[in-house]
Amino acid sequence: MSQVIPKGTIALRDVDVHFGEGKTAVQALSGIDLQIEPGEFVSILGPSGCGKSTIIGALAGFTPITSGELRVDGERVSAPGPDRGVVFQQHTLFPWKTVAKNVEFGLKMRGVRQTERERQAREILTRMGLGEFLAHYPHQLSGGMQQRVNLARVLVNRPRVILMDEPFCSLDAQARLQMQELLLELWHDLHMTVVFVTHEVDEALFLSDRVVVLSQRPARIKSQIRVDLPRPRTRDLLTSPEFTGLKREMLDLLLGDPLVAKAS
Amino acid sequence: MASAAQARIAPRAEAAPLSANEVLLSPRASRSSTGKLSRRLRAVGVGALSIALWLALWQVASVEKWDVFFRFENIPAPTEVAAAFGELYRAPKFAAHVGNSVRRIFIGFSIASALAVGLGLLIGRFRLAAQSLFPPLEILRPIPAVAWIPVAILLFTSAEQSMVFITFIGAFFPILLSTIHGVEGVDRRLVYASLTLGAGPIDVFKEVILPGALPSIVTGLSIGMGTSWFSLVTAEMISGQFGIGYYTWEAYTLQQYPKIVLGMVTIGLLGMGSSFLVKWGGRRFMPWFQPDASAA
Repeated sequence: MSQVIPKGTIALRDVDVHFGEGKTAVQALSGIDLQIEPGEFVSILGPSGCGKSTIIGALAGFTPITSGELRVDGERVSAPGPDRGVVFQQHTLFPWKTVAKNVEFGLKMRGVRQTERERQAREILTRMGLGEFLAHYPHQLSGGMQQRVNLARVLVNRPRVILMDEPFCSLDAQARLQMQELLLELWHDLHMTVVFVTHEVDEALFLSDRVVVLSQRPARIKSQIRVDLPRPRTRDLLTSPEFTGLKREMLDLLLGDPLVAKAS
Repeated sequence: MASAAQARIAPRAEAAPLSANEVLLSPRASRSSTGKLSRRLRAVGVGALSIALWLALWQVASVEKWDVFFRFENIPAPTEVAAAFGELYRAPKFAAHVGNSVRRIFIGFSIASALAVGLGLLIGRFRLAAQSLFPPLEILRPIPAVAWIPVAILLFTSAEQSMVFITFIGAFFPILLSTIHGVEGVDRRLVYASLTLGAGPIDVFKEVILPGALPSIVTGLSIGMGTSWFSLVTAEMISGQFGIGYYTWEAYTLQQYPKIVLGMVTIGLLGMGSSFLVKWGGRRFMPWFQPDASAA
């Protein structure tokens, strides 16, 4: 399956998103122009509340765009669909379904037979180290394990594009690093386009090919940084001079020049 | 040498890097069965002691004919009620009274459940249903069961049907409101998640809305079971023969005080028992449900 390179091109042209009307109207996104290539790992980095998640909402098809154009593989995005998998922050597993049934959900929606569903769910969960927890309910798992199930539930459908909205932000440092490494491994094997929203500079740099930095609300693209760090990446990278250099550059972009910031 | 991002998050002392240690044992599994049993026995013991104390207080108040704001002069003592129970229990009528009441409650409650859950799902999910169905139901809701008696008699050909209708009215509204509440309370993120996994509108309803609303529906059924018993005396005022509500009402009109209290206690016990059954059934049906977790 790894010989075929799936599609997964994302194109945003001058996308604006407004919420509400009249006095309470808010502009979340302003003139977003972004081209993402198949198989690319792009992080969207910005301050809290800037509208990062709105990009995920628009790409997923929940949030209608006010103007501009948004296409995935040339098709205009109008509604949610299984070709664009979404990994949310947390608490989006179905509490009433076991781990295995959660992962089978997408396959069930496509009409895959029960035995085949079970086989595929078991396969991917085993790969993610959850082979012994097929019959557990989500509340019986730790936050890190729940997010792994969440990822498995999306990946089992082999989406062209996977959208991740601060998926690891509620995990502790160790679980987060484990998840990041697992994600890179799976991304490498499954050849999918990843759009990863985060407010963590380290996370963005560690994972991505490219980091898109957003401004305060309404979010515009402030700058884009290509991350040419070698792959496969491991945790050692986090303490390397190249990494620290890029990180300093990124922090300056996000926070501004320290002297200027103090003066204002 | 930790990076800034990691330093900011204080590592959890108890977090071990091994994935096996990440498992949180379910509270049910971690509790030893003997500990659970003794805890349950203790709860039953405390409850029984509390009831016994109240009965003793009641006995003293009746025997001494207390008259401090409450007049206990004509209130029968628990011993008198027990005597009436002995009498009634031996009489063949007792089974007929209870049996008739239980059957009426069962039919009224079943119809109310089916209708209220169905309507509640529609009203909670579809705006048009909410706009068209909810206002008339809101007008009917505050009307007490007693006020329905004339209409109940006019609407149905047999007294039996009228009585079932009153118990139906008693159960209907709590179930309806809990179901609507449950549907509206379903986490939108779960709906979104199902949509991104390819669910269509019917799948969303079946796989997300219904199970998501289920805990609230079960609560509604349990309350509705209670309110159905609540309306029993009212319903059986229509009756001319049997039913524990009728028994209570008749005792009142004949001023047989111990029998009144006996009827009340019987209704209370049957109501409690059937509410408990509904809750128990609900918990059986939802092994995933964690009432503590959702309350936190």
